[in-house]
Amino acid sequence: MPHCLAEPYCPARKPGNYRKSRRLPAHCPLPTAHCPFSALLESPLVDPQTLSPYLVQVLNGLAFSMLLFLLAAGLSVIFGMMDFINLAHGSFYMLGAYLGFTAIQRLGSFWVAVVAVPILVAGLGFGLEMVLLRPLYKRGHLDQVLLTFGLAFVFADVVKWNWGADIRSVPQPPELTGALSLGVTVYPRYRGFVIVAGLLLAGVLWAIQARTRLGAIVRAGVADKEMVSGLGINVQLVFAAVFAFGAGLAALSGVIAAPFLSLAPGMDFEQLILSLIVVVVGGLGTLKGAFWGAIVVGLADTFGKIWAPDFSLLVIFAIMAVVLLLRPNGLFGRALA
Amino acid sequence: MPSRDEWRVTSDRRRRIGPGLATIAALVIFPFVSPSIYFQNVLTEVLIFGIFAMSLDLLIGYTGLFSFGHAAFFGVAAYTAGIVATRFSDNMLLTLAAGVLAAGLLALPLGALSIRSVGIYFLMLTLAFSQMVYAAAYKWTWLTGGPNGLAGVPRPVLGILGLDLASVSTFYYATLTFFLASYVVLRRIVASPLGHSFVGVRENESRMRAIGYNTWLVKLAAFVIAGLFAGLAGVLFSYFNGFISPSDVYWTTSGLVMVMVIIGGAGTLLGPVLGAGLVLILQNIVSSQTDRWPLIMGATFILFVLVARRGIAGIFHDTLALARRSARV
Repeated sequence: MPHCLAEPYCPARKPGNYRKSRRLPAHCPLPTAHCPFSALLESPLVDPQTLSPYLVQVLNGLAFSMLLFLLAAGLSVIFGMMDFINLAHGSFYMLGAYLGFTAIQRLGSFWVAVVAVPILVAGLGFGLEMVLLRPLYKRGHLDQVLLTFGLAFVFADVVKWNWGADIRSVPQPPELTGALSLGVTVYPRYRGFVIVAGLLLAGVLWAIQARTRLGAIVRAGVADKEMVSGLGINVQLVFAAVFAFGAGLAALSGVIAAPFLSLAPGMDFEQLILSLIVVVVGGLGTLKGAFWGAIVVGLADTFGKIWAPDFSLLVIFAIMAVVLLLRPNGLFGRALA
Repeated sequence: MPSRDEWRVTSDRRRRIGPGLATIAALVIFPFVSPSIYFQNVLTEVLIFGIFAMSLDLLIGYTGLFSFGHAAFFGVAAYTAGIVATRFSDNMLLTLAAGVLAAGLLALPLGALSIRSVGIYFLMLTLAFSQMVYAAAYKWTWLTGGPNGLAGVPRPVLGILGLDLASVSTFYYATLTFFLASYVVLRRIVASPLGHSFVGVRENESRMRAIGYNTWLVKLAAFVIAGLFAGLAGVLFSYFNGFISPSDVYWTTSGLVMVMVIIGGAGTLLGPVLGAGLVLILQNIVSSQTDRWPLIMGATFILFVLVARRGIAGIFHDTLALARRSARV
C-alpha cells in the first residue's frame, strides 16, 4: 500500500502521530499526490530545512494548546460546577470534527461550518443534559462514569457507522492556505489563525466569566451551588446552559482541528484523555487553570513528540503526576471537599 | 462523592447458604452438562475477570477510591508470570508467586503516591501510572515483546498433583478453585475490622481520622490488597490466553473492568462478578453477530444507569425482597 513519502516533512502531521493509536496505520495512507497539503509542501516558502525549528514547534504547540483549551474549558466548568465526570466530552469534539467535514463538503464553506456545527452540537448537548444527565447529578460519580462512558461508545460507533473507519482530512479554507511570514521564519497560515482565534476566544470567555452576570452566576455555582439556588437563580437552567456551551466549545475545537489534524476513529478518546489531563493539571473549575493547563500539555505534547517520539504521551502523564504530587489539586485548583 | 444511600454492603447475615451451594454445584457440574469447549472457555474468562472485578470493587465499592488504572496490576502480573514461564520455569507455584508478588510490589509505591489525591485527581493519577506501565510494556521490547506482545506462555505444570492444566476443563476447575478461594478471602477481609474501616473511609474519611484511624494506611492496605488480587487474575489470564499484549495494560482494560464493577453493583462482592459475566458474554455474543457491538454495549451501559440503579446486584436484591414480601403475604 502506497503511503505518503513526504510524511517526515508533512506540516499537517507531527512525527509519531500515526503510531499514537494502535488502530491507525503506521504511516499516512494518503499518497503524496492526494495530500491536501501537497501544495503547501511544494511551496518554496515552507522548506522544512529553512524553518527556524524551535519557534515553529512552539507555535505548533500553542495551536494544539488552543484546541485543548476549548475542550478543557467546558470540561473544567462542568466538573467544577456540577461535580460531573463527563467522559463523553471527547465525543462532542469528534462529532464537531466529522460534522464539520460533512458541512464543508456539502456547503463548501469552512466559515458556515465553524458557526453552524457548534450550535448544532450545543443543541445536542442541551438535549442530552435535560434527558439523560440531569437525573444523575445526585447519584454520584459511578453512574456518571458508566452513563457517559456508554454515551462515548455510542457516539464513537455512530460516527464509525456514518463516516467509516478511514482517515479523513478536511481542506483548509482558501483564505487561510499558504504560509505566513513571521520575519525570521514562515508558518502555515491556518495554524496561525488557530492560535489567534484560540487566544481571542480565551479572552472572550474570560470576559464573560469575569465581567457578566452569567459569569458571576457560574463562578458562584462552582463555589457553592446550594447558595446560588437559594438566591432564586434557576440552577438547573444554568447547568443545562453551561453543559450545552461546553459541548459547543468542544465541537468548535473539533471543527477548527479538522483542517490540520486527521479525522479518525479513536480521536475522541485521545483528545478526552488529553483534556482530562489539562483539567487536572490546571485545577478543576477555573478557566485560568484550563488555559495554563492546556498550554503546558500542548507544548509538552509537541516537544515530547520531537524529543521522545515514542514516549510523548508518557511525558505528559509524567508531568501530570509530578504536578499532582506537588500540588494535589492542580496548579490553580482549590481543595476538594 | 457518592451519596450514602447509593452504597449497600450486602453483609446480610441471614442470607441462606443454599443458593450459594447451588451456584457452586452448578459451576462444578457445568463442564459435564455443556462439554462445549467454547462455553467452558467463556466461563473461565468470566471467572478470571470476576476476580479482577472483585479486586477493583474493593477499591471503588468498599473504600470509595476510583481507580482508573487497575489494569496496571493485572498486566504486570500477567507479564511477570509470562516472562518467568517462558524464560525460567513453567512451574505453577513459581509463576503464580512471581506474578502476584510483582503486582503487590507495584501497588505499594503507586498506591502510596496516588492516595494523597482524592476524587477525580486520584482517578487521573492512577490512570497516569497505569499508562506508564503500558508504555513500559509497549517499549521494553526485549523483555515484553513490545507491540507484538508476549506469545507462547505455556499452561503451567502442577507437579505435586500431576495435573495437566492444558485441558480446557481441568483449567476451568483450577480457575474455579482460585475464584472460590479469592471470593472467600475477600469476603473475610470485607467482614473483618479492616474491611469495616474501608467502608468507614468511604463514608467519612475525616471522621475516621478523628476517631484515630490512620486512614492513609487503611487506603494503602485496600490498594495493595486490590493489587494482589488483580495480580492473581492477571496470572490466571496469562495461563488462559497464552498470550499477553500491551492492550491488556491499556486504559481501555481498566475502563472495561470499571464498567463491570458498576454494572454488577459496586459495594457487593458478587455483583461485579455478574457484571464481568454480562459484559464478557454480551461482548462475545454481540460481536460475533454484528460490527455494531460498541453501539449495543454503550446503549446497555446507558440502560443500566437509567433502569437498574444499583447494578445487577441491585436487581437481585430488589427481586429477592419483592419475593420475600409476597411470600409473607
